[in-house]
Amino acid sequence: MRNINNYMKITLAGYSRNESLARMCAAAFAAQLDPTVEEINDIKAAVSEAVTNCIVHGYRDTIGDIDMTLRIIDDDTVYIKIADKGVGIEDVERAMQPMFTTCPDEERAGLGFAVMESFTDSLRVHSRVGRGTTVTMLKRVQRRG
Amino acid sequence: MPIEFMYDKNGLTAAISGEIDHHAAAEMRIMTDGELERAMPRTLTFDMRGVTFMDSSGVGLILGRARTMKRWGGRIRITAPSGRVEKMLKLSGLAPLIVKSGKEGEKNA
Ligand SMILES: Nc1ncnc2c1ncn2[C@@H]1O[C@H](COP(=O)(O)OP(=O)(O)OP(=O)(O)O)[C@@H](O)[C@H]1O
Ligand SMILES: [Mg+2]
Repeated sequence: MRNINNYMKITLAGYSRNESLARMCAAAFAAQLDPTVEEINDIKAAVSEAVTNCIVHGYRDTIGDIDMTLRIIDDDTVYIKIADKGVGIEDVERAMQPMFTTCPDEERAGLGFAVMESFTDSLRVHSRVGRGTTVTMLKRVQRRG
Repeated sequence: MPIEFMYDKNGLTAAISGEIDHHAAAEMRIMTDGELERAMPRTLTFDMRGVTFMDSSGVGLILGRARTMKRWGGRIRITAPSGRVEKMLKLSGLAPLIVKSGKEGEKNA
């Protein structure tokens, strides 16, 4: 079955209860590639981290829109883009280091980017202070059968 | 209830069920800290067998409780993580807190 150019775009309100909704939407979209349970769980974890970051950091004192775009590319890869229009990140390279967090007193482990990195095949972060942050990930799904 | 608390000779066990994300962790934190402040157990064991999803917010939850326990010299253990949860614990450096079987856990207590 060919899935060329199939995509889904959704906008979620930045309430923490929508974190599970975002995970479910991404998992449901990825299901068309017939991924393994492990691959689905990788996608759920990566999406959860990106969406949580929008809510916790991007929209620290407000509730804003989170745009999630899911796309099938090359017939075996899920493209995931998650974007906020929040505060942005001053130093992206530093933010992406494992254990780096700007909120240690809120029990953040500083592991979100490390999870996205290790559970997907590619992670790119684009951010501008005062404008927002966009995270783009690729997850390749094994061909089965 | 996302957390059930039980006491035995090893101290307090907190059995978590369902998904641990940023949203769910908030209530879990309040419930667990309430129990800890009241009982001040020497050992807190997180029983993870009922956990169906965990992200870095779960790591934060465990690290935060370890900090609470330190105030009276207590310690934390983790039992029965699924393969998925164990993956997350390894990534975060919390894997050494895992005790493998119930028996082994008692021996180490
Ligand atoms: N969408 C975002 N908007 C603004 N800042 C962000 C965003 N995402 C990440 N950051 C910044 O990057 C840092 C690292 O993010 P990361 O997800 O790795 O860790 P964390 O969110 O602090 O902790 P954890 O994810 O373990 O709960 C954050 O502390 C924050 O300062
Ligand atoms: Mg994070």
